[in-house]
Order: sequence, then C-alpha cells, then structure tokens
Amino acid sequence: MNPTPVVELEGVRKVFDGGTVALDGVTLTVYEGEFFSLLGPSGCGKTTLLRILGGFEVPDAGTVRIAGVDVREVPPYRRPVNTVFQNYALFPHMTVFDNIAFGLRMRRRPPAEVRRKVGWAMELVQIEGLSARRPHELSGGQKQRVALARALVNEPRVLLLDEPLGALDLKLRKQLQIELMRLQMELGTTFVYVTHDQEEALVMSDRMAVMQNGRLEQVGLPEELYERPKTAFVARFLGRSNLIEAHAVAPDRAETPFGPLRVSGGLTPGRRYLLGIRPEKLRLAREPWNRANTVTARVKEIVYTGAENQYILEARGGELVAYTLNADISEPGYEEYDYGETVHVHLPPENLVVIDEPIGDEPRPPAP
Amino acid sequence: MPRLLKLHTYLVLAFLYLPIAVIVALSFNQSRFGVRWTGFTWQWYLRLFHHHRVAVYAENTLIVAVASTLIATVLGTLLALGLYRYSFRLKGAIRFLIYVPVVIPDIVMGVALLLFFAWVRVHTGWLRLSLTTIVLGHVTFQIAYVALVVRSRLAGLDPALEEAAQDLGAGSYATFRHVTLPLILPGVLAGALLAFTLSLDDFVITFFTAGPGSTTLPLYIFGSVKRGVTPEIHALSSILIAATTVGLVLGRALLRRR
Amino acid sequence: MNRSATSRARRLLELLLTVGPGALWLLIFMLIPALLMLEASFLQRGPYGRLVGPFTLANYLRFFGLTPEGFDPLYLGILWRSAVFAAGVTAITLLLGYPLAFAIATSRRKETLLLLVVLPFWTNFLIRIYAWIVIFQRHGVVNAALGALGLGPLPLYPSWFAVYVATVYTYLPFLVLPVYTAVERIDWTLLEAAQDLGAGRVRGFLHAVLPQTLPGVVAGVLLVFVPALGTFVISDLLGAGRVILIGNVIQQQFGVVRDWAFGSAAAYVLMALVLLGLWGYARVAGEEGLDRLV
Repeated sequence: MNPTPVVELEGVRKVFDGGTVALDGVTLTVYEGEFFSLLGPSGCGKTTLLRILGGFEVPDAGTVRIAGVDVREVPPYRRPVNTVFQNYALFPHMTVFDNIAFGLRMRRRPPAEVRRKVGWAMELVQIEGLSARRPHELSGGQKQRVALARALVNEPRVLLLDEPLGALDLKLRKQLQIELMRLQMELGTTFVYVTHDQEEALVMSDRMAVMQNGRLEQVGLPEELYERPKTAFVARFLGRSNLIEAHAVAPDRAETPFGPLRVSGGLTPGRRYLLGIRPEKLRLAREPWNRANTVTARVKEIVYTGAENQYILEARGGELVAYTLNADISEPGYEEYDYGETVHVHLPPENLVVIDEPIGDEPRPPAP
Repeated sequence: MPRLLKLHTYLVLAFLYLPIAVIVALSFNQSRFGVRWTGFTWQWYLRLFHHHRVAVYAENTLIVAVASTLIATVLGTLLALGLYRYSFRLKGAIRFLIYVPVVIPDIVMGVALLLFFAWVRVHTGWLRLSLTTIVLGHVTFQIAYVALVVRSRLAGLDPALEEAAQDLGAGSYATFRHVTLPLILPGVLAGALLAFTLSLDDFVITFFTAGPGSTTLPLYIFGSVKRGVTPEIHALSSILIAATTVGLVLGRALLRRR
Repeated sequence: MNRSATSRARRLLELLLTVGPGALWLLIFMLIPALLMLEASFLQRGPYGRLVGPFTLANYLRFFGLTPEGFDPLYLGILWRSAVFAAGVTAITLLLGYPLAFAIATSRRKETLLLLVVLPFWTNFLIRIYAWIVIFQRHGVVNAALGALGLGPLPLYPSWFAVYVATVYTYLPFLVLPVYTAVERIDWTLLEAAQDLGAGRVRGFLHAVLPQTLPGVVAGVLLVFVPALGTFVISDLLGAGRVILIGNVIQQQFGVVRDWAFGSAAAYVLMALVLLGLWGYARVAGEEGLDRLV
C-alpha cells in the first residue's frame, strides 16, 4: 500500500512586510495518517508554515496542495483542515458545547447531528459533563481538550496543532502527549504538529522536520534525525552532541584536535568535516582502552540529573560531554568518577556521525 | 502625609459638589430671588411641568441624542473594526482624522460646520439649520469617541479568536456576527453611552448648528442664564442632575455585570 | 504577488463597508468644512455678512496686528491672555488633581471615589457653569455667607476669578482620570528599590514615582489646556463681557459682528496652535500617547 500524500508543499516562500524571510523555499510532503512534527527554535518559520496550511497567510511563491487541491486561493473557512491554536482561542462568550458545535453549525448541520457529534467529540477527549461550562471556568488541561474536540468534531483531513501543550506544566504535558498519540492512532487523522520541544517531537512523531531560518534542515524518522543528523544544527538542536572538527586523511580516518579518529567510512580524503557523537555513546573507563579512538581526559564538572550522571571532560583537544546511566553500583562495569580524576574515553567509530556541510569560510590546517 | 492627602481629597470633593448642592437646594427654595432660604416648596417643579415649551426642548434634545447616537455607534464601530482588521494605504490618515474631533477646540468645529451648512444651503438649497444639522454635527464628533472606545476593546481581543472562527468555517460576516460582535459589545455599548451623554451635554456644536425651532435644553438654559434665571431653571437642572446620576450608576452596574 | 482578483475585490468590498461610511462622514463633515473655513479666512466680509473675494491676507494681518494704521496688538494681546489663562488653569488643576488622583488610586474605595469625581462631569455643563454664577453673584452664596459674618460683599461676579474657578472646576476630571490611570499602573517595587538604595521620601518620589506618572500628567495637561484655550462659554457667562478670550473673539465674529472671514482666520490661528501642540505631544509620546487622551 503506497502512502497517499495529503499535504504537498513545493518551493514555498514567505517574506513579511519588514523584509524578514519567514520561509525560504520549503518543499515537503506529509502523508495520510501521519503524525508529522515541525520542530525548531522560535522564529524558525514553523508557525508560519502551519498558518499557510490553515490559510491565515498566503505564500509569496510556491504551491500548497491539501488533499490534492491547490489551496492558494482557498480562504481558511473553506479548507478541509482545522487548527488547535497555541492559546486555545476558545470563544470566551460561549459554553463548551457551543464552542465545539461552532464548526458544525457554520456548516449548517441539523441540530440532532450537532448534538450527536459534539457528544462524540467530548467523549473522545474525556470532557463529558463540562458542556455548560464557560472557558474561564476550565483548567488549562480542560481548555486544551475542548480546543481539540472543537477541531476534531469537524473531521478534518489534516489537524494542525500549534504548540498545543506549550502552556501546560510538565506533568500534564506528558499525560496529554500520550493522549494525543492515542487519539491520532484511533482516528487515523493526519496531524501536523508544531513544537519547539525536541523531546516532544521525538516521542510523538511518525516523521518530523527540523527547521531553522525558514528552511528545512532535515526531514525523516525521529531516530534517523537523532542518530544520523545531517547538519550541525540538527545535531545540536536534538539533544546534546559533541561536535569535532575533522580533516579527512583516508575514507575512514580523520585528523582531529583529539588526535586521529577512525570512522565507519564515507570520507573524501583532503576534505573537512564535523564528526558528531552523542554524550551517551562515549564510553568511559579508569584503565586505558588499548583501542583506537581513545582520548585521555580529566573530569572538570559533574552534573547529577537523577537518571544520569553528566560529565564535562577536559581533554587536550577541547571539551567532551559524556552521560552515564545512573545504574546500580553493583552492576558490572559501572563506575563513578570524581572531580579531577583522569578517565579514558572511547569514541566507538560506528557511533561517530559524519556531518558533511561547509565549515567556516577557509579550510584551516587540522590542529596538532 | 496620608492624613493631609485625605483632607485634600475631601476638600476637592466638596469643591466638586458645592455647585450641584447649591442648585438642588435653590430648586426647593420658596424665595424667587437671592439665595436666602425662606422655606421649602415644590412650586418650581410644578411650574416647570406647566411650561409647555420645556417639554419641546427636552424632546428636541432627546431626538438629537438618540438619532445621532444610533448613527455614530454604527459608523464608529464599523470604522474601528475596519481599522483593526485591515491594513491599507490611507490608514494613518484616517486614524489621524479620528483624533481631530477629540482634540480640537469645539468652537473651531462648531464654526466650521456653520460655514459648511451655509455653503451647502447657498449652493443646493438643502440643509436649513434645524435638528437635522445638529444631528449631523453631533455624529461628527461622536463617531470619533465611539471608534476610539471600540478600538480599545478590539485591541484587547485575541486575534486568534477571529482566526479560530474562520478555521471552523465562518466567513467574514459570520465571524463578525458570532464572535467579534458579542465580544466587543460591552465596548460598543460603552461607546454609545458616551456618545449619548456627549450629545445631551453638548452646547457649543449645537449653538452653531441650531436654527429657529430647534432649541435644545442646553440652548434654553444658556438663553435663560443670559436673560436672568428663573427658579424653574433650578428645578430643571436638578431633574437633569438626578437623571444623569441614575443613568450613570445604572450604566456602570450594567456594564459591570457583563 | 498576492491573492487573485476575486479575493482582492472581496477584501476591498469589506474595507469599503467597514471603514468607508465613517471615513466618508468625517471627510464630508470635517475635512470639507475645514477646507471651506481655510478658504473663508482668505476672503473678505461683503455686504450683509456675505463672503466675497478676492483672496487676501488681510484677516491674518489684522489678527497679528499689522493694520494699515500701524501695529495694533489687540488680538495678539487676547491670544496671549488666552494662553496665560489656559496655562494658569492647567497649573491650578494639576495642583488640585495630581494629589487627588494619588489619593483615589491608593484608596480602598477607589471605585466609589472615582465615580464621585466623574459624576459632576456628567451633569450638564451649562448647569455647572450657571451654579457658579449663583455662588459668586452679588447676593450669591459666598456673599451671603460673608454677610452673615459681617463682611463683604466682594465683587466676585463677573470677574476673572470666577472664570478661573469655573474653568478649573469644569476640566478637573480631565486631568484626574489620565493621572489616575498612570498611578494605577505604577510599579511600586521601584519605590522600594529606591528606598532600599537609601533614597528618602522626597527623593524616592521624585526618582521612582513621579517619572512613572509623567505620561498621564502630560495627557491630562493637554486635555485641560486645549479646551481652556478654546473656551468661550465660561468666559462669556462668568466674565459677562469683562473677560475676552480668543474663543469669545471667534464667537462674536460668527455671531453679532458677522465677519465670518475674520472669524475663520482667528479659528485657524487657534487650531494651528492646538495642532502644533498636539503634533509635539505625538512626537514625544507616540501614537499610544494619543490614545491616552481618550
């Protein structure tokens, strides 16, 4: 079964009045039934992209198709999409019921159908019994559910969500993340989800895109983006990463400030690269490793986060960050290190990601 | 310091209420001249009700206030809405135009309107000075006040609400009817209330735009004051004071309930 | 490149339906009258008060005292007196109103107090002016009270004093309201910070409180100064011919004198002064400053 595209963007460009380029040639396809996240820092263009899909902004160039139809000329009220707004945008002068019924009434559905569908939507998001309340009488989580029901009751082809959990506290956020995923699976509706929270995007998405400066940096499965970032920005934005400047001397070997490092391959000798490695992929030991890709360092700082110990290590070529799981002390191989202690760090070649993008302006000779 | 401030407050309040107290007291005074208290009487109120012209002046005043408030509320609200929703080339100019009636001395506006009505009359024969010209004049300054009051209400409105309505299938008119209007209604009512009292209270614009047969209460009071006041004016003033007080207190209570 | 012709046409239609009527109204009943008045100010008074050509600067020259017979500072003097009067009224109003606004904003019953201050303002303007005649006239309230003490009578009406009192009385709420709004928004932690840094009461007020209320003060000052500058009713009723302000000049030209051309010139001078002040204010306070005037 081939996936059906529902949202197709081609070369979409948007420049705001002040000359700010919000979107710069975005090409993207979202498929039927996908949970797709747009992730990026504030100002990266992700919300503009969502607003273009909702019909609240008109692109300056490029085409936007939803369910195969070019929607450039289609106003928001005739699009087969619905939006869950950042601060919910519930109508304060209407009850919960009237809020949810709004879309159906605008489409002139008969009252019986309105009642049935609103009931269904309220059950779906578990807010039965709140129908007579006004928005100001609801908690943040309840408002969120009403906003969801108000959008979903119209059975949109695509549901657009603009940082819907941004205003909630951490615990409620986690709970609603799981509920949103459940809802999406149950209904099979395509979700386009905007967030600046990388963990949220990694947890929830089928596929995701990382954006910066109006461009898509990388699109793919969450684990792809995490394990194989294509750009330094993606590597840094998704979790933490050690980025090492490297000068390739062989297809699988490079000179770096930490000495020669071996990678799994794919280098062009003579070119400069960044090598990325996640902190949790570094392996630490008190004894020397007797292997390639080993660096000797000193513990400079220790951050205890509960589940992990985070070490900031100082080596000859610079700093490295390493995370170790806070396991049982009796676990074989488990060690804790102290300030100032010397540790031997192994960078497994298979975990060193080669990031191929231009670095700086001028090629510099590798550090000794 | 706080005690001094308190004393200051009481003194200023006394200053504010002295004239009103004087008028109300005199309206019940038997003496026709001077301020010496010679005994309580209702006679000035009774005479006022038999003075049939006053009823006509009151009617004129109300006709002008109601008609001008209706027109100005609709036009001012639409104006504020358009300025809020759209951006266009002449927006700055129109915004400036709105501030002008609020800030220029009313005598300037009054004489300009007088010139205009005379000019129209000479060239077309229309617009004899009458209640109509008073209404036209009043609407001109009321629009500005309504637009500014409604605008401040619109400014507090989350733009996402209108977008949410559109997102849920409401076109421009439905969005206005079901979302924007209910939300700005308190502002519209407050603007209308302000416009109404401004019209009731206006003397200067009325003075320059009124013609024979279109005497309003403020014009009548002005004329009486210039001619030498009769105690009926005290009674009339007291009634007006009572009416505006009740109106204002009721209006506030209504607005607070929303 | 934007939306197509149909959606642009719809937007234009919506714009015309919302902004259109109000803008058209202001155009017809404000802009055109202002232009007519500009034209009139360059015309001359003809027989029966008609306005006749040719265009001339005579009205403005006369206003500024440049008559064929030599310099005559009559109208310039009146303009100057009006400005001094408006400034005096504004100063007194500030003296009374600023502490009052503070007292209200920091009171526990501020809603009630505010209503008490606003209420007289909603009573008919002429009645309030008339009341001061009753108070100040020869057999009025003040002189009756003085007489009971074996003093007086004082010639309080008609007089400049009466005009001052009634004008201050009329425009006091215009100053109190914006100052009150500013005091309401004061960030009192700044005062605490100033006192924490060793500022005394006076210096704490001058450096931490006063600057925060300045926008409200400036708006209030403008709201009092402008109408006081243009008033003619108060000076007419309480000055009874002894107090002539620029407003009275304009009114007389459009009334008994029937020299609309000269009246228009005088009105333009007044308007120019006010708009100049407003322009300066808008430069300093920005457009949100204009909003504070309402």
